[in-house]
Amino acid sequence: MIRIEPRLSPSKIMVYGAPLLAVGLTLVAGALLFGALGYSPTKSMYLFFIAPISDSYGLTELFLKATPLTLCAVGLAVGFRGNVWNIGAEGQLTMGAIAAGAIAVTWHDSTSFLLLPIMMIAGVLGGLAWAAIPALLKTRFHANEILTSLMLTYVASLFLGYLVNGPLRNPEGFNFPESRMFGDAGLMPLLVEGSRLHIGALIALFIVLLAWLIMSRTLIGFQIKVVGLTPLAAHYAGFSPKKIIWMSLLLGGGLAGLAGMFEVAGPIGQLQPVISPGYGFTAIIVAFLGRLHPVGILCAALLVALSYLGGETVQMELSLPLAVTGVFQGMLLFFLLACDVLINFRFVLGSKRKAVS
Amino acid sequence: MIGFEVETLIAILLGVARGATPLVFAAIGELITEKSGVLNLGVEGMMLVGAVSGFITVVVTGSPVLGFFAAMLAGALLSSLFAVLVLFLHTNQVASGLSLTIFGIGLSAFFGLGYIGTPIKGLQAIHIPGLSEIAIIGPLVFGHDIMVYLAFVLVAATAWFLGKSRWGMILRAVGESHHAAHAIGYPVVAIRFAAILFGGAMCGLAGAYISLIYTPMWAENMTAGRGWIALALVVFATWKPGRALIGAYLFGGVTILQLNVQSLGVDVSAHLMNMLPYIATILVLVLISRDETKIRLNAPACLGKPFRADG
Repeated sequence: MIRIEPRLSPSKIMVYGAPLLAVGLTLVAGALLFGALGYSPTKSMYLFFIAPISDSYGLTELFLKATPLTLCAVGLAVGFRGNVWNIGAEGQLTMGAIAAGAIAVTWHDSTSFLLLPIMMIAGVLGGLAWAAIPALLKTRFHANEILTSLMLTYVASLFLGYLVNGPLRNPEGFNFPESRMFGDAGLMPLLVEGSRLHIGALIALFIVLLAWLIMSRTLIGFQIKVVGLTPLAAHYAGFSPKKIIWMSLLLGGGLAGLAGMFEVAGPIGQLQPVISPGYGFTAIIVAFLGRLHPVGILCAALLVALSYLGGETVQMELSLPLAVTGVFQGMLLFFLLACDVLINFRFVLGSKRKAVS
Repeated sequence: MIGFEVETLIAILLGVARGATPLVFAAIGELITEKSGVLNLGVEGMMLVGAVSGFITVVVTGSPVLGFFAAMLAGALLSSLFAVLVLFLHTNQVASGLSLTIFGIGLSAFFGLGYIGTPIKGLQAIHIPGLSEIAIIGPLVFGHDIMVYLAFVLVAATAWFLGKSRWGMILRAVGESHHAAHAIGYPVVAIRFAAILFGGAMCGLAGAYISLIYTPMWAENMTAGRGWIALALVVFATWKPGRALIGAYLFGGVTILQLNVQSLGVDVSAHLMNMLPYIATILVLVLISRDETKIRLNAPACLGKPFRADG
C-alpha cells in the first residue's frame, strides 16, 4: 500500500526536480501516444524535439517563438504569485498588437525612427488598458478576474476581426481581411540576417532580468509574494491587496501587449484576423513550468517554443495534426502539477496507520 | 405579413431554447461540482471533448443516443483526470482546471481533425401529431428537440436532489465544511469524486448538444467560450439550479439576438454583434458580484480548498 505523507519541510530538490520529472514523463507519454497512433516512437520524438533545432535557422525560430511566451509568462507569474489569476493574456496581447498595428497602418509611409518606439509604447498601453478592465472590476465590484479577463479575450479577438474586415482593411488588398503591410520603419530590426529573429528577443531577455530584480530586491516584489503565500499575514502587515491586484494585472497586460506588438511588427508585419497561436494561454503553462521565476520562465519558454516547432515538423513530415502541440502542452502541465505534489509530500510504502482514501 | 412575423418570432424563441440548453447542462454540472467544494475550470475543455466524441460516434454509428452517451462518458473520463490531481495529489484547483481546458482543446482538435466538414444528420425536433400543430403554442411548447425538455428535467431533479434528498444534503455539507463532514463519517473524497464525474458528464453532454444539434458539425474550438459562460452562470445563479436555468435562457436570448439583428435589417458588423454574449457575461458578473456578502453567503464555504483527511 502506498501512502502520501506530508514532508516536514518542502523538498528543495523537488522544487527544481519536479519540472524535469514532468518533462521526462511528457516525453514518455508522447512516445507512447505516437506509438499508439502507429508511428515509430523514436523517429517521431526525434522529429518533434530534435529535428526542429538541428540547424541555425531552427534555433532562431526557437528564440523567436520563445519571445512572446517569455514576455507573457513573466507578467502572469507575478500575478499568480499574488493569487491574481489573469488568464486573459491572449486578449491583452491582441489589444497590444491592435494598438501598435493601428499606428503602423496609419503612418505606413513614415520613415521616422520614432515610429517603432511609439508603436512599442502603444503596444504596452493597449495591453495595459485591456488588463485594467478586470483589475477595475475586481477591485471595485469583486468580479472574478479569471472570468472577466477570459471574456475580454474573446472580445479582443472579435475586435481585431472587425478592424481587419473594416476600418483597417488594406484598401488595395482585394478585400482580404488583412491590413496593409507595415512600412520598413514600422518593422522590428532583425537580429540575425536571413532569419525572422528580431531585437524583441533581446528586449525580452532584459525584461526577464528586470523582473528578477523587482521580485527579489524590491518591497513590492516581497509584498506580492507575501500576499500569495499568506493573505492573512499580508493583511496584518498592512499590504494593500487592491494595489497588488492592480500591479499584477497592469504588469501582465503591459508585457502581453508588448509581446503582441513584437509579433505584428516582427514575423507577421501586418494585422491579420489571427496573430497568435495561443501564446497568451500557453504562457500559463510556461509560468508554472518555470516555477513562477523569471529565469525559470526563460528556460520553460524555450522548451514550450520547441513544442510549437515540433508540432509543425511532425505536421509536415508525418502529416499529424498541428493540434498535437496542444496535447503535448496540456500533458506537460498535468504532469508538472502532479509532480509538484513531491515538493510537500512524499510517497511511503506500507501503512503506519489505516490509509484514508 | 403578420403570419410571417409570428413565424419569425417562433423561430427566434425556438432558437433561444437551443442556445440555452447546452448552457443549462454545463452550468448544472459545474454547480453540483462546486456545491461539493471543488472548482473545476475545465468546463470548456470537457465540453469540447464531449462535442468531438459525440460527433465521431454519430458519424460512425449514426445513432444520436449513442453519441450523447459517448460524450458523457468522454467528459466524465476527462474530469476523472482532474479529480485524481486535485483529490489525491492535492494540486491547485485553479491551475489544474486551466490545464484540463488546455488539454481538452488540444485533444479535441487532434481527434476531430479528420471530421471537419463531415456532414451528419442533426437530431430532429420531436413531433407530436395534434399537439405540435396547435397555433403558436404548439411549436413553442411541443416543438423542441428532446434535450431541451431533458434540461428542464435535469434542473428540477437537481433542485430536488440538493434541497430535499439525503445525499444532496451530504454533498452540500461536504462543500460547506469538509472537516465537519469527515468527522461525522462521510466519505469526503468519494463524494467529491462523484460530483466531479457528474460535472464532467454534463459538460460532455453540453458539448455534444452543440456539435449534434445546435450546429450539426465539428470545428475546432466550436464551443467558443460557452464553458466559461457556464462558469459565470453558476456565480450568477448564486449556486441555485432554478436561477441557472433562468440565466441560461437569458444568455440563449442574447446569442439569438446577435444572430437575428442583421436579418431584422440592422446594419452592424457581425464581429461587433458576436461580442454581445461575452460583454453580457462580464456585466452580469459585475452586477451579481457587487454585493460581496451575497456571494459569500451563497458560495460553498470550502470552494476551491484542498482537503486532507489527516491534515
